[in-house]
Amino acid sequence: MISLAGRDILHSWGKFVLTGIGLGLLIGVTLSMAGIYRGMVDDAQALLDNSGADLWVVQQDTQGPYAESSSLRDDVVRSVLGLPGVVRAANVTYLTMQVRLSQGQGKVREGHEVRAMIVGFEPGQPGEPGYLVAGRHITRSHYEAVADVRTGFALGDRIRIRRHDYTVVGLTQRMVSSGGDPMVFIPLKDAQEAQFLKDNDAILNDRARTAANPALNRPGVPGLLEAIQASQAANHNVNAVLVQVRPGVPAESVAEPIRRWKHLEAYTRAQMEEILVAKLIATSARQIAMFLVILAVVSAAIVAFIIYTMTLGKIREIAVLKLIGTRNRIIAGMILQQALGLGLIGFIVGKVAATLWAPIFPKYVLLEPGDAVRGLAAVMLICALASTLAIRAALKVDPAAAIGG
Amino acid sequence: MKIPSNLRRRLGLGLLGVILIVALVYVVMRSGPLAPVRVTVTQATVGSLSPSLFGIGTVEARRAYLIGPTAAGRVSKVLVDVGDLVQAGQLLAEMDPVDLDERVAALEASIARAGSAIAAAQAQQRDAQARSELAAITARRYVELGAQKFMSAGAVEAKQQEQASAEAALASADANLAAARQDTQRLAAERAGLRQQRDNVRLLAPANGVVISREAEVGSTVVAGQAVLRLIEPTSLWIRVRLDQGRSAGLVEGLPASIVLRSNPSARLSGKVARVEATSDSITEERLALVSMDTPPAGLSTGELAEVTLALPATAPAVLLPNPAIRRQADQVGVWRLEGGGLRFAPVRIGQTSLDGQAQVLEGLKAGDEVVVYSEKELSADSRIKVVDALTSSQP
Repeated sequence: MISLAGRDILHSWGKFVLTGIGLGLLIGVTLSMAGIYRGMVDDAQALLDNSGADLWVVQQDTQGPYAESSSLRDDVVRSVLGLPGVVRAANVTYLTMQVRLSQGQGKVREGHEVRAMIVGFEPGQPGEPGYLVAGRHITRSHYEAVADVRTGFALGDRIRIRRHDYTVVGLTQRMVSSGGDPMVFIPLKDAQEAQFLKDNDAILNDRARTAANPALNRPGVPGLLEAIQASQAANHNVNAVLVQVRPGVPAESVAEPIRRWKHLEAYTRAQMEEILVAKLIATSARQIAMFLVILAVVSAAIVAFIIYTMTLGKIREIAVLKLIGTRNRIIAGMILQQALGLGLIGFIVGKVAATLWAPIFPKYVLLEPGDAVRGLAAVMLICALASTLAIRAALKVDPAAAIGG
Repeated sequence: MKIPSNLRRRLGLGLLGVILIVALVYVVMRSGPLAPVRVTVTQATVGSLSPSLFGIGTVEARRAYLIGPTAAGRVSKVLVDVGDLVQAGQLLAEMDPVDLDERVAALEASIARAGSAIAAAQAQQRDAQARSELAAITARRYVELGAQKFMSAGAVEAKQQEQASAEAALASADANLAAARQDTQRLAAERAGLRQQRDNVRLLAPANGVVISREAEVGSTVVAGQAVLRLIEPTSLWIRVRLDQGRSAGLVEGLPASIVLRSNPSARLSGKVARVEATSDSITEERLALVSMDTPPAGLSTGELAEVTLALPATAPAVLLPNPAIRRQADQVGVWRLEGGGLRFAPVRIGQTSLDGQAQVLEGLKAGDEVVVYSEKELSADSRIKVVDALTSSQP
């Protein structure tokens, strides 16, 4: 028995394939939108994974360091290290800012600027980039940086952060902030300075202001003013302490004494994920999710209409088939097979398109195989449902229409 | 009609097939967790490292002088300005002496007067001397005359008493003269003291140097110990370098140093560690070393930032690895070894590291072992990997 659907497709294969490709691009957009949503969540997860911490110790009553600002003294880490169950603990600072290539390197990309999260970390401690794709780890205690490849910086580039130039010595990948900004890792002391040191004008103004205060600038006490000004310029704050807990020790059992006796806040991995996913990116993620739902509905409607109009376009041929006594089951099978074929082509085209254009997106797009399988099922289901609409129309055709016109 | 239809069928099927294959290839190769992780590998080599220490520091003067008065007062003269070269002993500034000059003049007058008193005492002494001599002669004559019974005993005794009185008067005059002389000495000493005080308000350079700040102007009042001028010895400039405690192993006096000043990043200056401070900073967790420059450049300013690299002697040959190969798994440090196409995490012990990113492996690895250097993502023992030459296209 010949395949009626195959014959019909061969009859107008160009139209069929083009429709399939068009449908595929639409499915591709839907899959990409799902990928963008997954990417957002994955960015948040990547941030937590890359910090290498089991516990985040932050300022009391804050949800830092990612969702809120948090400020701690940098000697807190020593008292945390003394707690039972703690393997490693390290200070870390986070600061999101514009980073640009330094002037006068004679590079074509001069002035290249990127929004990045500056991470101040201690080498060999939690918070350092776990793996590199090029270059080496930081070996000097100052003025070296490891950048994410997404920043667009190359090895050997000199980048400007506040008042110092840093040499990019290593590149890493998928090190992003919860907002998807690529990270630049620099030594902790430099980062503390970058974060808390004021600009020169502000420093000069502050000095003048202190000097103008008669209580701080007493004629009878030489050296008092200098001492006060030196203490104003010094900074010993960090944003968080990353703690690695001994394997087998529950993180909560370490967090509890920190909260109770150190008067600090401590978050476990699960709590941090909750803060990031449920609070920090909640609105933007819901925004994307809403759009994804609308896009899925629209795509489904369009797929249904395409199959319906395709069938209506063949109404005369169907009438002829009925006239020659073809059974309804065969006609319905033809329409269903065509619809499913169209859906399959559309899905493959969409998957390929989404995979192809995913890396071009400025932020991470995560195409999960699970999403693809769900997408395939949804497409097939929609096509089957849409074909029932078309089948109803086809079965109602009066065979006389074939000759009556 | 039949042949083109067949041809078109084949074309159509072929096109669909190609799309399918391409799609499958992409889905498998490129997307998500199914794709193998691309890594680069290297072989552990045996070699020796030239480790170095890196720190930043500021240019400081080894000897700096704070020139100020020892007592509160008003500045009356400032004779030098910032940047002036001064010689040891040169007058730099002067405090207002207030009444010191007048007190010296008063003392001078007192001394002159004391001189007159000495003269008067000397005259009195001479007078007493003369009287005493006369009284002695007279008394002697009366005694002789008394012995020959020409004089009454009473008259002789009277003259003897006169002689004793005259001698007492002479002793008194001697004492007066001595007192007048002591008075003069006292006044002279007082005058010398005042002159020293007068000199003390003159602020002199203690050594050859350059004036780096002028902190009080004529007419301003300063307290004891407050600076009017600051001097440094420009030949004594060195760099106070701060090195991370965790990366300061091997820091000793005499290590050769390579210095880059912030004002001239392209020039490397040579020097050596002149001193390692016995105490280190517990707050910043840094050690302090002082590095002297072999030839300090002209126009060097104190407070300037400098990057200092100290070269340590080369280590004994050991297994070396680039530092990106060293990973952490839970609480272990190790490397991912490539064994029979699979990955195995091998704990290692790391020794010294060099600034160019080479690390000594003391235990856990032997030369020729293949280990993963770079990877696209965090690895685990069951990661599927694909070995490539480089992960980024732009190698410098």
